[in-house]
Amino acid sequence: MLKIENLTATVGEAEEAKQIINGLTLEVPAGEVHAIMGPNGAGKSTLSYVLTGRSGYEVTGGSVTLNGEDILSMEPEERAAKGMFLSFQYPVEIPGVPVMTFVRTAMNSQRKLRGEDEISAPDFIKKSREIAKQLKLDAEMLKRPVNVGFSGGEKKRLEIYQMMMLEPNFLILDETDSGLDIDALKTVAEGVNAMRSPERGMLVITHYQRLLDYIKPDKVHVLSAGRIIKTGGADLAHRLEAEGYEGVVGEAV
Amino acid sequence: MDCCGGTDEHEDDCTEVTVKEGIDAKTVEAAKALESENYSAGFSTAIDMEFSPKGLSEDTIRFISAKKEEPEWLLDWRLAAYRRWLTMEEPTWAKVRYEPIDYQAYYYYAAPKSGAKYESIDDVPKEILETYEKLGIPLREAEVLLGVEGAAETAAAAREAPRVAVDAVFDSVSVATTFRKELEKAGVIFMSISEAVREHPELVKKYLGTVVPQSDNFFATLNSAVFSDGTFVYVPKGVRCPMELSTYFRMNAENTGQFERTLIVCDEGAYVSYLEGCTAPMRDENQLHAAVVELVALDDAEIKYSTVQNWWPGDEDGKGGIYNFVTKRGDCRGARSKISWTQVETGSAVTWKYPSCILRGDDSVGEFYSIAVTNGRQQADTGTKMIHLGKRTKSRIISKGISAGKSDNTYRGLVSINKRAEKARNFTQCDSLLIGGRCGAHTVPYVENRRADAQLEHEATTTKLSEDQLFYARQRGLGEEQAVALLVNGFVREVLQELPMEFAVEAQKLLEVSLEGSVG
Repeated sequence: MLKIENLTATVGEAEEAKQIINGLTLEVPAGEVHAIMGPNGAGKSTLSYVLTGRSGYEVTGGSVTLNGEDILSMEPEERAAKGMFLSFQYPVEIPGVPVMTFVRTAMNSQRKLRGEDEISAPDFIKKSREIAKQLKLDAEMLKRPVNVGFSGGEKKRLEIYQMMMLEPNFLILDETDSGLDIDALKTVAEGVNAMRSPERGMLVITHYQRLLDYIKPDKVHVLSAGRIIKTGGADLAHRLEAEGYEGVVGEAV
Repeated sequence: MDCCGGTDEHEDDCTEVTVKEGIDAKTVEAAKALESENYSAGFSTAIDMEFSPKGLSEDTIRFISAKKEEPEWLLDWRLAAYRRWLTMEEPTWAKVRYEPIDYQAYYYYAAPKSGAKYESIDDVPKEILETYEKLGIPLREAEVLLGVEGAAETAAAAREAPRVAVDAVFDSVSVATTFRKELEKAGVIFMSISEAVREHPELVKKYLGTVVPQSDNFFATLNSAVFSDGTFVYVPKGVRCPMELSTYFRMNAENTGQFERTLIVCDEGAYVSYLEGCTAPMRDENQLHAAVVELVALDDAEIKYSTVQNWWPGDEDGKGGIYNFVTKRGDCRGARSKISWTQVETGSAVTWKYPSCILRGDDSVGEFYSIAVTNGRQQADTGTKMIHLGKRTKSRIISKGISAGKSDNTYRGLVSINKRAEKARNFTQCDSLLIGGRCGAHTVPYVENRRADAQLEHEATTTKLSEDQLFYARQRGLGEEQAVALLVNGFVREVLQELPMEFAVEAQKLLEVSLEGSVG
């Protein structure tokens, strides 16, 4: 599914560019959920932006393929159409654009890029209603402008709503647990778990082990200074929680 | 950004923001690549034209007046305006720069040779009908189905397609007016102003120049001297005009000026919604457009005036394009009358335009909703004046300026509360959106207040189209241009909502086209 090989990437313009990703290698097979944990500044968010093609993040070496296809040469929207989805750590406000309009425009744009027909309005509304119910989202909220005036928890739930609407192949969750109370966290995790399938891969980026109690990872990787320094099973997350990054990182170096 | 809060004195350059530093070089490059092919209305129509002698003189004015078989009083009126104009100076206070205009280099009258008046639409030259068809303006008296799809995300029941009566002005003459018979049944007069001068001289004489006097300003005075054609509307007492009225202005001939004059009168308790659209072919020369629009609303009358202006803006180096120097003013003459201006300005090289309301009648209401987009090297200085004279008069101003490329976009407005205007209220909101780092946005709100009990609110913001928003939208699958269009549509939503539906869709598309290539 997703294969990252010896990736190096910088952030920033020309002379001020700083290398943040330093030879990162990682493979997430279809059907698996991998967690990436690491201290602040390890390069977690940078990795999510590099994978989704944000400008200002420049790949200087290595490769990334999704189902064997090189995605690094693709525009962000092309990657989205191939099924890459990023749940943002800080979802962005878009004044004046209602959620439903935004998601429908995105969905149809993706479909167009894939050469598919647009979704019909009734089908879209039906789907939206079902997912909103599952996520305990108020229908009124979906008529409001994207993320404007939403609480932190609402914003995160809205990310999951978009994810479930767009049905991506590969999910990246960037610090999805931050700003969530325990009930919201459960709801969000249920949504994510419902998305688990043999065809889908997932990368869960998190600072704390808490989220992984609800979204059980197949593997846990420790990211430090732009490289994976340790890989283990779900229990690694608990060890990190107990011993701290210091202990585990020290052991690896 | 909050504007300063003082309200009772003259304020100049209250909020002035010019962004020069670039966020990313690509944006600038893309703006540079802005090409003229974005302008889909930029074709010209090959047709035999008849011109007045080039340049401006009393002879030119006599020529125009004779062509239109005008009565003596109107010729005298024109000549008086011309003589006054000779003594006036071109205004320079607006934040726009352009080469001095040689008023002798223009033709002040241009008409298709086969004659200005057409008995029926079948007599209109084929080329002209085709031109309007290309522009998507239906002139045939068939059911005009401006069917609209999209926009609404909910499966709203298919609303009955609205019908629109159209008056089309090609250079200096009106070539067709549709749905006339049906309007006549309702007692509504909708015809070109030249015809109205002949058929309803008493009405024209009574109202012409009463809102925008001959002496008003340089361009309005010029218009009074040489106005060619335009639209006249009269809605009698208590009549709600059964359909939207629309005029389409098309400048085709080279080196011509278009000086249309529109006069709309709503008698007591009457209502009309009027739409105005404009396009011009791409030409290297600057064409001059100096229109005057006068609206009169008597007791309890309401006029809703919407404009979508898409005159040729010139090429990416600022060559060519329309100089759009327009005086638009509404007079809420009667008590409880209401005039509402909505404009979407995307075209023209230079725009100088301040649709205004004189709130004379007690409890009258004035509104101004504006979207002004500038790209390339366009310059727009636009806004409104709300003159509160009557008691408890209310006004509302919502202005959305969008600047891209190397353009300059200025909101200039005046809210004036007269001594007699007890408990007058105004709400003003001016928002500017910058796309890229080489454009400018300026807000110049003037307030003159003579009353302690007036309620005045002013809000102003300047934002940049953010990289975060763009990336967020693209990560969800939107192409870059589509993302910009969506974000911009969100920004102008409050104003788009004020437009009649079919016009709103057109305006939305126009915004998209105008901003093509503005980021990259």
